[in-house]
Amino acid sequence: MNFEFSEEQLMIQQAARDYAQRELIKDVIQRDTTATFPTHHIKALAELGFMGMMVNPAWDGGGLDTVSYVLAMEELSKVDASVSVVVSVNNSLVCYGLDKYASASQKEKYLKPLASGKKIGAFLLSEPEAGSDATSQRTTAEDKGDYYLVNGTKNWITNASSASTYILIAQTDPSKKHKGITAFIVDKDSPGISLGPHEDKMGMRSSDTHSVMFNDVKVPKENRIGEEGFGFTFAMKVLEGGRIGIASQALGLASGALERATAYAKERKAFGTVIANHQAIAFKLADMAVKVENARNLCLKAAWLKDQGKPYGIASAMAKQYAADIAMEVTTEAVQIHGGYGYVREYHVERMMREAKLTQIYEGTSEVQKIIISRDLVK
Amino acid sequence: MKILVLIGNVPDTTTKIKFNADKTAFDAAGVQWIINPWDELALTRAMELKEAPGSSIESITVANVGRQETEATLRKALAIGADKAIRVDADAQDAFYVANQLAQIAGGFDLIFAGVEASDYNGAAVGGMLAELLGIQSVSAVSGLLVEGNSIKITREIEGGSQTVGVVTPVVAIVQKGIAKEPRIPAMRGIMMARSKPLEVVNPVATETRVSFVSFDLPPAKANCKKFTEEQGKELINALREEAKVL
Amino acid sequence: MSVLIYVDNTDGKFKKAGFEAASYGAAIAQQAGMKAVAVSLGKVDAAELQKLANYGINNVMSSADERFASMDNQAAAKALAVAAIQCNAEIIVLAHNNLGKAIAPRLSVKLQAGLVTNVTGLPTSLSPFTVNKNVFTGKAVGHTTIHTPVKVLTLSYNSFGLVEKTTDLVVESFDTGLGQADFGLNVEQTQQVTGKILLSEAEIVVAGGRGMKGPENWSGIEELASVLGAGTACSRPVSDEGWRPHGEHVGQTGKIIAPNLYFALGISGAIQHLGGVSGSKVIVAVNKDPDAPIFEAADYGIVGDVMKVLPQFIEAAKELKG
Repeated sequence: MNFEFSEEQLMIQQAARDYAQRELIKDVIQRDTTATFPTHHIKALAELGFMGMMVNPAWDGGGLDTVSYVLAMEELSKVDASVSVVVSVNNSLVCYGLDKYASASQKEKYLKPLASGKKIGAFLLSEPEAGSDATSQRTTAEDKGDYYLVNGTKNWITNASSASTYILIAQTDPSKKHKGITAFIVDKDSPGISLGPHEDKMGMRSSDTHSVMFNDVKVPKENRIGEEGFGFTFAMKVLEGGRIGIASQALGLASGALERATAYAKERKAFGTVIANHQAIAFKLADMAVKVENARNLCLKAAWLKDQGKPYGIASAMAKQYAADIAMEVTTEAVQIHGGYGYVREYHVERMMREAKLTQIYEGTSEVQKIIISRDLVK
Repeated sequence: MKILVLIGNVPDTTTKIKFNADKTAFDAAGVQWIINPWDELALTRAMELKEAPGSSIESITVANVGRQETEATLRKALAIGADKAIRVDADAQDAFYVANQLAQIAGGFDLIFAGVEASDYNGAAVGGMLAELLGIQSVSAVSGLLVEGNSIKITREIEGGSQTVGVVTPVVAIVQKGIAKEPRIPAMRGIMMARSKPLEVVNPVATETRVSFVSFDLPPAKANCKKFTEEQGKELINALREEAKVL
Repeated sequence: MSVLIYVDNTDGKFKKAGFEAASYGAAIAQQAGMKAVAVSLGKVDAAELQKLANYGINNVMSSADERFASMDNQAAAKALAVAAIQCNAEIIVLAHNNLGKAIAPRLSVKLQAGLVTNVTGLPTSLSPFTVNKNVFTGKAVGHTTIHTPVKVLTLSYNSFGLVEKTTDLVVESFDTGLGQADFGLNVEQTQQVTGKILLSEAEIVVAGGRGMKGPENWSGIEELASVLGAGTACSRPVSDEGWRPHGEHVGQTGKIIAPNLYFALGISGAIQHLGGVSGSKVIVAVNKDPDAPIFEAADYGIVGDVMKVLPQFIEAAKELKG
């Protein structure tokens, strides 16, 4: 056992912290209020190499390990989860899937600009009637010889309008159910694609979420990822890694809220002493700290397993479920510790509480994670 | 043109300062070490000069005096973009000791950057001493620097204003705030490349220390703040005159 | 044996920091039973030199060489070394200002002297020679011993103050022996800030922080400063936001100041900020957050809206200065 980070991992953590504490903090409240996409931040993070961290350097990625990715995601999410979800989707859903399963020519054309962050991607899986249950895809891709003809609607798509490249999951053979699902790379500019309105969300308001409608969209054959019918396995594999990203995001929300609550409790006075000296508050902080540390260990364990090439699907489900649930608890307690100040925007923790809620829902709800964990136990 | 940037390894600027039990040394337990803030700005400016179109900068070397544990700081400088690092393997003692060590490796550089001071012992001396030991010009309080062929154009702060001066190389530029806007954050690629860049370790030369710290004290605690209400602005100003006698 | 004090001038005029260094050097000379000798480089008229007679100086060595106006550190250090050897100086004192900080390290190497910068008071012992200096940007004090026969000190601003002591001053001119090759700095342009009190010299400083809400609200700070004859300053976030120029940033990585009176208006007082102002004799804080750390450092404070308090300050100051 070794709990030490390498010098490089610590430097990456510090780089993410510096960017978050120096730059993201400046306009995070304003972007949340106005639901403005963080275009300039994503460009800056791309230049620093945060948009394709784990991609093979041959495809313009950083070639970093997943542990570094967890550390970076935590630091970015401490300040701004709307930015970190863009980072997470691009890294662990879009780039990872292409790096692992796309052909060399697909990588050359699509992965390079995504890994270097010149373009960003979106992952189109959820549907109006297929959210957490990904087996019942209604979007169809019909083989027309040179191309597939895509029709259907995808929902809750992060980066839908800011992305240039979509990874689309669609049904090529409905008779085979989930074994007839196929994955494609789709240019967002393809004729026949239209976006629904910008979703007016409770939190993560600075990330752009839309539904995406496909109406007779032609997707070239060479844009299929793997064989027909590989799409379900592809999506499940990609989501296994994606869970580490969202778990780390939830971890960052929790640890960021803990840092804010601790600092506040050491400053704020009541009944003649700082409130950190009151046991009611001190014990809250202790409980929060234990939860944060547990979540961090689960995230790092899942990342470590992935880096070792060992199975990590259950570990990442545990990390995602636990980190998301404690993010909700810890951010709520952080608001409580701040009292009235916690309920106003200036103090950040109310936003973090709104953002934490989404980590329990997207990329597999906490309930779905429990299905994954329990099925593995009783199989 | 070859640039040398001197790199200090100092406690993070938010560190709560404590000393050991007999108050003879700084208590470094749990301290996070960083590149001295002014040195980091100097390195950032050096990078900007190197990256400028048509730049004549061949290489940027960073150097410090310190034991092996300070190499993380040098590698951060390499991650930011320096090409090479040199570490003189000794405990940094007084400013003269450090300057004398650096003098043995600083020959051959055209432009040497030093921070105005280190944020720990506030010596503000190594850059000037090094210039004197090398017998070259130094310019202090530098807040702007351009390279024009063989000459360096420097903006420096003077009492009551600022001044632009031209100086031929070699020169030591002792820099302060303004030399670069913000310290550069290392990119992932730079971080991964840092370990493959050369880091040369040099043995120290015998040097007598001239100055030493006997002990340290924390400044005496301030008396309680005397509070007035939001409507008592005038009363406060009167207290400054009648009681504190500073108006 | 003597104590040599370098009193620097700007356009032929001495500043408070120079007189303070003179006062301090004269006090050490008295403590050690030595002569207090001041040295002046560049064109300074007799009346200005004579002012040093008010601060305990016995002799002035003045080189009227106009080339020193270029503030060439290498040349100035060489000239001071000549003066130090001529008057057999054992202790050399400079102000810890831009020029003093630039010259002292070079001079100490020339004289093989131990150097202590940022000194905050008289030697606590002459043998071994021990002085206190600021370390960790004012967050601690270091008791420092110099082991060499010759010592160089730079004095932290406003840490000793002006001590008036009238002497029969002997002014002598001296030849530094420097040739044209010794001056290597080409001054191209000088911008003097006029009509403003210099932060480094200001007895009173009025500073604003993020609590001022925006650059449009700075007129109040400027008005209060103008009524009190104070300098204006700001916290780091304010200069980072571009509300005020970087030259006004006081704090650990900006300017370190030590005025008699410091107003922190809408400044919460992060540890880095306090590091830069903790030498102030009296600190006044106005902040709407009762738990802001600035109140730990302040002598007088108001918990409230700076926009409501500032007009009262201005009015009261006007009445006072009436």
